[in-house]
Amino acid sequence: MSAALGRYLPLLLLALTWEAVARLGLVSSLALPALSDVAAAWWQLLASGELLTNGAASLYRAGAGLALAISIGGAVGILMAWWRPLLVVAGPLVELLYPMPKSALIPVTALWLGFGDGSKILLIFLGCMLPVTIGAFNGARGTDQALLWSARSMGAGRLGTLWDVVVPSALPEILNGIRSAIALSFVLLVSAELIVARDGLGYMIGFLGAGGVYDAMFAVVLTVALLGFAADRCYRRAMNRVLLWRL
Amino acid sequence: MTGAAQITIAGVSHVYRPPRGRAVLALDAVSLTIQRREFVALLGPSGCGKSTLLYLIGGFLPVEQGAISVDGRPVSGPGRDRGITFQNFALFPWKTVRANVHYGLEKLGLPRAERQRRAQALIDTVGLAGFEDSYPAQLSGGMKQRCAIARMLAHEPDILLMDEPFGALDAQTRGLMQEELLGLWQRTPKTVIFVTHDVQEAVYLAQRVVVLSARPGQVKAIVETGFDRSDPGLLKSKPFVDKVDEIWHLVRAEAIKAQQGRRESSAS
Repeated sequence: MSAALGRYLPLLLLALTWEAVARLGLVSSLALPALSDVAAAWWQLLASGELLTNGAASLYRAGAGLALAISIGGAVGILMAWWRPLLVVAGPLVELLYPMPKSALIPVTALWLGFGDGSKILLIFLGCMLPVTIGAFNGARGTDQALLWSARSMGAGRLGTLWDVVVPSALPEILNGIRSAIALSFVLLVSAELIVARDGLGYMIGFLGAGGVYDAMFAVVLTVALLGFAADRCYRRAMNRVLLWRL
Repeated sequence: MTGAAQITIAGVSHVYRPPRGRAVLALDAVSLTIQRREFVALLGPSGCGKSTLLYLIGGFLPVEQGAISVDGRPVSGPGRDRGITFQNFALFPWKTVRANVHYGLEKLGLPRAERQRRAQALIDTVGLAGFEDSYPAQLSGGMKQRCAIARMLAHEPDILLMDEPFGALDAQTRGLMQEELLGLWQRTPKTVIFVTHDVQEAVYLAQRVVVLSARPGQVKAIVETGFDRSDPGLLKSKPFVDKVDEIWHLVRAEAIKAQQGRRESSAS
């Protein structure tokens, strides 16, 4: 308990400084509302249900987009390592798209699917797929040949080794790719909702900011930051559990 | 040598084509016949193609020139009749000892109770009782190879292909594992093809030692060994030491050739 306290002490100090700076009038309350006001605004947003409905909309989009990115991206990466023709076709495409700033897709997906959930899910799927694909591809390509041969000698077919050997061999790299994808999904989601949406946490930030309700805006910004942090912590914990065998 | 020929290797050549660089003739017209339940060692300097020959018998590499048949059928791929172990153990790192040993039994489609019984018996035999739930990363090298041997034996292959199985172990563990492998083989005889570059190991374990030449690998000599391994003084007895010496000279000549070959190719 005291270890956790020590670890987050800098954050606590930052919060106190924030409050002090705002209360003492060192910065304009328009630029930085006091933390206590932000907390009060947060409580109101929660009580009114706005935070929950918009948060649920955002999480649904992120979750659906990530689920697609992980399942399809992982499968494509493994098959690229497994089946040469796919590598020949998809390899250059992946190389081309990987360094592209995925936020450039925001207007494209909005054009295709409008302002609703669909365009955000497609955006997150497209934007988050490549880290998973590349992780799966590298992991699968690094599969130890002796493991494949051992499995074959014990009666696994060629296709059987894909599931029995290649996928578990690639798993550590796939899980790392998913971690990048989760972080990326928050970036893309909030950006897209800021620009083209009628609900969601990103939309709230933009809407409250435009309306000059800065304490509430800060409350939503902090919520997004905390959600991202919590998602990463939970994910890392789950990942370590799955990879227990690596020690 | 009694018993029928089980494995026939006739005029097998193999070209190794690395992803980069030029193709190398690894094996050149190798012919060899191995009897059922015979313990044969393939011995030669590193890079002579002894492992390649093993992989060809296992069906892991395609036979492009010549023919290999096992029990009268040409080898066309890996099969349950031929188990394999590797120098680096090749255990599934994400599976526990128990799950590793279970793998071949699951592939056989055995019912759970039968799998449990057979796996546990093997785990006990190789001395890994108490480590069933350990992951390979938690085991020492010797324990990993015990696990790999148990896994190979689980689905009861007729032929055991062993690729320098004790090469990564320290001297003490290695000696112990040699004795245990011999004990295992004497209790339930199987055909064993054992790849090694350790002359003493080959002479101690095998009934016949096949000496391969430097690359391209050819059969340089086949030496009958077959000592009485129950004799505790065997390793120091004169006939044994002489035999090791005789084979050691054969291998040494090849190792020197291999080194010269390497020097020439790096000079060119």
